[in-house]
Amino acid sequence: MNVSLPFEGIGASVRRKEDLRFLSGRGQYVDDIDRPGQTYAHILRSPHAHARLARIDTASARAMPGVRAVFTGADLDAENIGGIPCGWQIHNKDGTPMAEPPHPVLAVEKVRHVGDPVAVVIAETKAQARDAAEAIEVEYEPLPAVATSEAAVAAGAPQVHTGGPGNLCYDWHIGDKAAMDAAFARAAKVVRFETTNNRLVPNAMEPRAAIGEFDTTSGDYTLYTTSQNPHVIRLLMGAFVLHIPEAKLRVVAPDVGGGFGSKIYHYAEEAIVTWASAKVRRPVKWTADRTEAFMSDAHGRDHVSTAELALDADGKILALRVHTLANMGAYLSTFAPCVPTYLYATLLSGTYQIPVIYAEVKAVFTNTVPVDAYRGAGRPEATYLLERLMDVAAAETGLDRVELRRRNLIQPDQFPYQTPVALQYDSGNYQATLDQAIEASGYHGFEQRRAEAKARGKLRGIGVSTYLEACGIAPSAVVGSLGARAGLYEVGTIRVHPTGSVTVLTGAHSHGQGHETTFAQLVADKLGVPLSQVDVVHGDTAKVPFGMGTYGSRSLAVGGSAMMKAMDKIIAKGKRIAAHLMEAAVEDVEFERGTFRVAGTDRTKSLTEVSLAAYVPHNYPIDEIEPGLDETAFYDPKNFTYPGGCHIAEVEIDPDTGHVDVVNFTAVDDVGRVINPMIVEGQVQGGVAQGIGQALLENAVYDAEGQLVSGSFMDYTMPRAGDLPSVGVATHTTLCTHNPLGVKGCGEVGAIGSPPAVINAVVDALRDYGVKHVEMPATPAKIWQIIHGGHRMAAE
Amino acid sequence: MPQVTLTVNGTAHTVEVENRTLLVDLLREKLRLTGTHVGCDTSQCGACVVHVDGESVKACTMLALQAQGSQVTTIEGLAAADGTLHPMQEAFREYHALQCGFCTPGMVMSAIDLVKKHPNGMSEREIREGLEGNLCRCTGYHNIVKAIAAAAEVMQGRRSELARAAE
Repeated sequence: MNVSLPFEGIGASVRRKEDLRFLSGRGQYVDDIDRPGQTYAHILRSPHAHARLARIDTASARAMPGVRAVFTGADLDAENIGGIPCGWQIHNKDGTPMAEPPHPVLAVEKVRHVGDPVAVVIAETKAQARDAAEAIEVEYEPLPAVATSEAAVAAGAPQVHTGGPGNLCYDWHIGDKAAMDAAFARAAKVVRFETTNNRLVPNAMEPRAAIGEFDTTSGDYTLYTTSQNPHVIRLLMGAFVLHIPEAKLRVVAPDVGGGFGSKIYHYAEEAIVTWASAKVRRPVKWTADRTEAFMSDAHGRDHVSTAELALDADGKILALRVHTLANMGAYLSTFAPCVPTYLYATLLSGTYQIPVIYAEVKAVFTNTVPVDAYRGAGRPEATYLLERLMDVAAAETGLDRVELRRRNLIQPDQFPYQTPVALQYDSGNYQATLDQAIEASGYHGFEQRRAEAKARGKLRGIGVSTYLEACGIAPSAVVGSLGARAGLYEVGTIRVHPTGSVTVLTGAHSHGQGHETTFAQLVADKLGVPLSQVDVVHGDTAKVPFGMGTYGSRSLAVGGSAMMKAMDKIIAKGKRIAAHLMEAAVEDVEFERGTFRVAGTDRTKSLTEVSLAAYVPHNYPIDEIEPGLDETAFYDPKNFTYPGGCHIAEVEIDPDTGHVDVVNFTAVDDVGRVINPMIVEGQVQGGVAQGIGQALLENAVYDAEGQLVSGSFMDYTMPRAGDLPSVGVATHTTLCTHNPLGVKGCGEVGAIGSPPAVINAVVDALRDYGVKHVEMPATPAKIWQIIHGGHRMAAE
Repeated sequence: MPQVTLTVNGTAHTVEVENRTLLVDLLREKLRLTGTHVGCDTSQCGACVVHVDGESVKACTMLALQAQGSQVTTIEGLAAADGTLHPMQEAFREYHALQCGFCTPGMVMSAIDLVKKHPNGMSEREIREGLEGNLCRCTGYHNIVKAIAAAAEVMQGRRSELARAAE
């Protein structure tokens, strides 16, 4: 039987299944959910970066109209509610574990950052809860604060936590220091570069929200939350914070309006509404406003680094030395410790053959919002450092920027390639992506465009960045040995229903990635079921067996692989059923696109006939095969996946204003096999927008006292349509060698390759001004000062 | 409590509100039209854009009482009764101009007003500048700009049906 269907499988730019509900206002985000009898929580937050809580008086607030309860840290303490746990433990150079100070759900004794939650009011309406929170009297005794990582390690710095000296969380290293020293000793040239990777606020457009509901009959709890990984929230909150058995706790993450990392973590508000719902015996809803989001969502980046590159006389890299100071904020967020270590220092080889790498990372506490993974997480920081360093090295050695890169790229025949910093890249072709980007960007015709721009009074520059990232997180045994307190496999269930439609249950979570479409395409491709007959279910612990969620570009590489494994089981079982139905030997049954066939014959059974037989087992080997056609698989990846590529930015600067206009942007990415090209392009374009935002616009600024100065969309410059160019996206595929789909991941690549490409272009445009570097964000004020004589100040 | 009478998506409503109630809260909480979203508290993001008497308005910046007697259209009121999408909705789907969908209702409502205000079409630059009041964190705007240009062709009669996006 040859069914003619529109091509909906792997490689088709199928339009998204989820779009209709979003486009007609029928999305179901957490704040769109109202539960019967719902009350509202408002959280009172610290206005101080660091203060002792001398006294909290809630009596007036309790007496306000509509108030059902007011809780403080003391109330949680009285019930032995645990602190927020950290999911990753790093060890110091000397083998001792990192400092892991308590992270109370509501502050006790001290507040440690602006926005630290102090008390919660539960009231009948949102406005009543807010009004009552203003009536809580808190006596703060302000303490000196540290707002930056450099201030945190200064002699005599105020201590965020009692315990370890110097606000140190950990002092970690990787690589061979002796070999590094030897390599530097014989270097013909050493190039040094210092930089700050600017602190960012993820700012998913949907602010976080949570609804806790306690069923007074069953004793069950339900938490609706804006999360990228509901099962992990259930595990962390149930086991470590509220001590609720998992069987009594359901976590639902419905439609979620963007995450970019910021919705991975377990946040205090989730525990507060869940716990409080049992206290007031009513559902409790909390929705952040944007101001709260700025001071309570985990921030990203915030590294201060020094890098040195040792080169031989031919421009071949001998060694790389890196020292990084990473800001953890006031408390350890769920994955914070692994970001500047195993997601950063292990990536410092980039696309290059670097025989020796040694990196030291000190992570410190400050009186700021916790810092954790944000789109790319460590990999943008590593790529930025290395790719800016390559441009600095080119300038100092007089070698062409592209030529210097070419001399050092890992060659296509060197895979699998073992770096000196733990990772083994399985596949890639960095020459090809570089060549393709050079071609697509018109790189060789650039000087003409520069001259033409100059004639118009504009400064034009071009910047190249290659990149490599590790994603598809992650082999459980490997990450376990590196300090992860979880395994990072994924779960997929394929449920073929009696009449042949399919439900896919996945532990991955979609919050913009289009999983409902991409995952359905896998089923359409492998089982031959029309896309319209495939439904993808995610984000509900009551429906999906388990899962580790979505981050680190893992959903397809790990979650999709679990589905493929589950479909293999479906096909294997289906063959046994089909063999019975066709009175053939199992070994003789083949399966292709929805049809079981006895090899070499025209005897066939469709998947639908087989599934019906499985559920209505009248003619069925019931003693040999269990009824039903529903299989679950756990997939634990064998290695990380390694997307790589090349981004080229072309900018034009208006010397009168210092404004940088990105006029062309070319991305050539190797993301492995592409399931839906339309979605992949969209992911890259979105990532590039965030990367350009980091390079030119965005900056989370704290003043010396620890006040967040850029705490709203009035002050924190989000990229708008007019700030961005059209982004030319192309792919060059080498397949991942160790997962069944050959996929690598595409969610983060855009944000990784773009910041250094843009800054390399900005520095190139300013080459006549003797500028070696411009720190991110390259704002008009900085550029104007460079052009108009203040460049020493601005560049330093 | 004061009352406000207004027409939303063709249906007349009389609703009790507080003086301080915002139009967006009336729509979301009183009428349960949750397609209109709230993404900020400084009138910057545009997730809450609706049409009031034919003009795009940030519903977080208008008191419910100010909408007395007005005709309000929200994202829920755009499609035809038989479910046929508005050309702008269709273009957003065709051009993959949405990812998480959160900014989408406001973006679509702003885009429709933008097209109406430029009867002779717009350049890419004009579309980008015209979206100044709407933030999207997912798409980088690339496909939103394309979708608006394609929808304008249909809305303004220069094409009878939506141009397909490149495969």
